[in-house]
Amino acid sequence: MQAPAIWVLIRKEITLEWRQHSALSGILLYLVSTVFLTYLAFDGIISVNSWNALFWIILLFAAINAILKAFIQEHENRHLFYYALVSPRQVIVAKIIYNALLLMCLAIAGFFVFVAFMGNPVESFPVFFTNMMLGMLGFSSVLCLVSAIAARARNNFTLMAVLGFPLVLPLLLLLIRVSRLSINGTDFHIVAPDLLVIVLLIAITFVLSNILFPYIWKE
Amino acid sequence: MMQTLYRNWWKYAGILLLSYVIIGGFFFEVPLLPVLHETIRNIYFHVGMWFGMMFILFVGLVYSIRYLLYNKADDDQKALASVITGLLFGVLGLFTGMIWAKFTWGSYWVNDPKLNGAVVGVLTYLAYMLLRASLDDGEKRARFAAVYNVFAFVLFFIFIMILPRLASASIHPGLDGNPALSTGDLAPEMRKVFFPAIAGWFIMAWWLFTILYRSIRIHFKIEEITENQ
Repeated sequence: MQAPAIWVLIRKEITLEWRQHSALSGILLYLVSTVFLTYLAFDGIISVNSWNALFWIILLFAAINAILKAFIQEHENRHLFYYALVSPRQVIVAKIIYNALLLMCLAIAGFFVFVAFMGNPVESFPVFFTNMMLGMLGFSSVLCLVSAIAARARNNFTLMAVLGFPLVLPLLLLLIRVSRLSINGTDFHIVAPDLLVIVLLIAITFVLSNILFPYIWKE
Repeated sequence: MMQTLYRNWWKYAGILLLSYVIIGGFFFEVPLLPVLHETIRNIYFHVGMWFGMMFILFVGLVYSIRYLLYNKADDDQKALASVITGLLFGVLGLFTGMIWAKFTWGSYWVNDPKLNGAVVGVLTYLAYMLLRASLDDGEKRARFAAVYNVFAFVLFFIFIMILPRLASASIHPGLDGNPALSTGDLAPEMRKVFFPAIAGWFIMAWWLFTILYRSIRIHFKIEEITENQ
């Protein structure tokens, strides 16, 4: 019963998204305009380190915007409906997986937009890509719980950003570091310890979300 | 009278310890190392306050977990009191650290994993206060704040414990362990002030925490009474 329920929930999210086109198109537009803005502001010529930093900052803001919708998109009554049907753990796992998938799509799209405007300095693409995908999974597992908290409070977005930034920072710093190394053409075996720490961090936040989410879910 | 004295012995012990630390910290002999010179005396205050903060935030974590398990309003108020105490100690730790940095590293702030971790910690717990301010319903606020506190403590702990050790270089001591705690680091004559300093700051943190807890409890009680009228 455990696994199918999660799949149904994920499919529900995808269908919802497919019908409304709210998150994906909105965030994509947000990504494109931010990238274009930085392109204009920086006059096209930036160093590799700035490229890396800008890329991750833009991704982080896009991720916060996207995940903010995770719990306020649907009406509270419908949450009550899910509450009656499935366990809270299944809800949070489904949310994390779905939002990770969404963020991965966004990151890939964002990467292409970014490359189109700012050029592509990445030398070791497999490492860069793995790191990016892991990063999106990490953002999702940290921010989904924060989003669930912020959704029930006043001034959602401010609260989401303020609560989320300090929590996401350890992960973000690691991601930026590995990303910078991969841009300079570092192989997998050199960044392996860092990637392992990222995976561990994701695992810890994932488990914590699973433990803590039931307390938020019950009203 | 005797009973009060007897019950509060640990507070007097704390006062005595910290008075000893202030006198000893400023007047006892310290080894004069290059760069550090007399500023090493700050270790009794800076490191002590930082340890006090970690201790009282850990107390907050315990009360938040207790709240989630047993749903008692007391535990939530205690968690809040410990976070406020922790914030105060954290800010004081930053402040003493900045003074120290000015005299040894030449500027109030340097870009360093340890220092950044300290700021992130303060930001995390300020966010906790903001979260409490944006929720009004008592029971729900308590529950959400507890959830955030547990999540935040774990991530903050990871941030200050693991990341600086991963970083290739840090100007701040203690890259491979806890600064000042390992026996090789600290001169023997300094240990006789340093260990009492740690104990003294722990007691001070706990004392402040109990006072804040009582004040918060009164505050909540007043709110409850005025709402019922």
